[in-house]
Amino acid sequence: MFIYACKRFGVAVLVAITVSLLSFSLIYLSGDPAMALAGESATSEDIENIRRVYGYDQPIMVQYVDWLSRVVQGDFGRSHYLKREVAEVIFERLPTTMLLGACALGFAILLSIPLGVLAAIRPNTIIDRLALTLAVVGQALPSFWFALILIFWLGITWRLLPITGTASWQNFIMPAVALGYYVTPAIMRLTRAGMLEVLSSDYIRTARAKGLKPATVLFKHALRNAIIPVVSLAAVQFGFMLGGSIVIETIFAINGLGFLAWETIQRGDLPTMQAIVLVLACFYIVLTFLADMLNAFLDPRIRVA
Amino acid sequence: MADRILEVNNLTVDIPVPSGMLHAVQGVSFSVGRGETLCIVGESGCGKSLTSLAIMDLLPANASRTADKLEHDGVDILNIGENRMANIRGNTMGMIFQEPMTSLNPAYTISNQLEEALLRHKKVGRGEARERAVFLLEKVGITAASNRLRQYPHQLSGGLRQRVMIAMTLMCGPDLIIADEPTTALDVTIQAQILLLLAELQKEFHMGLILITHDLGVVARVADRVAVMYAGQLVEQGTATQVFENPTNPYTQGLLDCIPIPGKTARGAHLGSIPGIVPSLIGDLNGCRFADRCPYAKDECVAKDIEFRAAFEAGHSYRCVLSPEVCAKNAQRKLIA
Repeated sequence: MFIYACKRFGVAVLVAITVSLLSFSLIYLSGDPAMALAGESATSEDIENIRRVYGYDQPIMVQYVDWLSRVVQGDFGRSHYLKREVAEVIFERLPTTMLLGACALGFAILLSIPLGVLAAIRPNTIIDRLALTLAVVGQALPSFWFALILIFWLGITWRLLPITGTASWQNFIMPAVALGYYVTPAIMRLTRAGMLEVLSSDYIRTARAKGLKPATVLFKHALRNAIIPVVSLAAVQFGFMLGGSIVIETIFAINGLGFLAWETIQRGDLPTMQAIVLVLACFYIVLTFLADMLNAFLDPRIRVA
Repeated sequence: MADRILEVNNLTVDIPVPSGMLHAVQGVSFSVGRGETLCIVGESGCGKSLTSLAIMDLLPANASRTADKLEHDGVDILNIGENRMANIRGNTMGMIFQEPMTSLNPAYTISNQLEEALLRHKKVGRGEARERAVFLLEKVGITAASNRLRQYPHQLSGGLRQRVMIAMTLMCGPDLIIADEPTTALDVTIQAQILLLLAELQKEFHMGLILITHDLGVVARVADRVAVMYAGQLVEQGTATQVFENPTNPYTQGLLDCIPIPGKTARGAHLGSIPGIVPSLIGDLNGCRFADRCPYAKDECVAKDIEFRAAFEAGHSYRCVLSPEVCAKNAQRKLIA
């Protein structure tokens, strides 16, 4: 188990380095950063000055190592637009997005896993069909449109829930549902497929031959094995939701990282964009690592791999 | 306590398939005494496994089971519902499956899977369950049992896993064990060990044992009584001696002809084979199922269903239109030829 954890950790670090390289090079993907900073009316002398001040005249590898060593210390530089430390802005916004993502994932899991299990133990029945319908609708419905429908009915017509802001827990219901519903179909279908496969396996027959109660067979013996691929998927989906929250946060005017990303892209605020990409990517990496560890806990065969 | 630990009368299993109804088991009747080993033999697809699953009520959901009588220890288990059946399964009636590699849950330790059976059926503590598990693992020939308990199925070989399966079935001290081809998936060298182990344990704990196999060599070694199945029906039943010495049904004769018997089969002699293939069991079935492969088939064989009839000795019966005398003569002629 320890060796497995070390291996996975090593891979995670390598991926993180790669991602940092990519997010660093964002600066150069959109042209000469010094020219962008200086503005249209700047003379070539001004541009040269800016280049020297910001270190853009150094070789790229030197700049990268320089940037990375500052990032590791939590210094993402200064936003030219917000006139604030990028790290400060990000850590101000991050908790909101994390909370939204966690709520959305919680909603998705609470909806999709029971439905997937039900669909698997009663395949091709009305329950299965209903679950399938829900999945198809969820897959086909763009999340921004679903969010607008929610706002229209729950927020405006019936006035049940607040439609913007983050003032109370009620503000998170609609965004979490809108964001979570989009990942529900994948998790549900994977749970259903996994359960169907596991329920027809020999060890389930053994469990039944031992006279175990149906609930024990289902939850202890079947679900634990069926859930393994779902854990990996849920981790990826959670990362995806952090990124996908850009749309949802914009619609619901939630002051999170996604909203910040949208603002940043509009203004061309490169250091902030770099930092957001890096932070979200690192979350992805951490989640994948945690999912690997959870799977190793669930399935002892993974531990030796 | 009934003398007969299991009594099966006219058991049928039907499975709907796209092209009609598959009559997998058709009116099978037999009984198993306390401390007796009954071997059910027959080729693949003849309904041996489904018969055993039907007894345990573990058939696939779409299969339907009927019987005139299905009694375990004198108590009807045919229509007692899933809950009461679950109380019997793994408790007084255990089953060992064909595939030891996949029959254990990969996610749980051996101890968890062994103890769970006992904790489910008996009022015992974890410590007691652990003791019982260690005792039985040693009983089935696993050394360093307490270390093995901490291991997961993937850390054990096929032979070890099958031993664990056997120990698991024994946890609650059952009076009947059904072993469905327990050695088919194992190395030849391990097969004999496992079978002898089963036979030993069966004697020691005085259990009834139904051993399903297509290995006639195994049958000859461990069986008290033998039931031969063909195409979903029993075709011959008797003590091991009766069936091996005086096979009466033409299919049994053909089957025994296919294996060399030390002291009986001459060195260099050709072994027999049964031409043709097993008939389809889908749709209406009439007459002798073996008729189109049988060397003695007559018109009357396909006209109507053939009844079971008594052979020479008590307890020996078979299914054929031919009289025991004719069958015996046929067997003799075959030996000379």
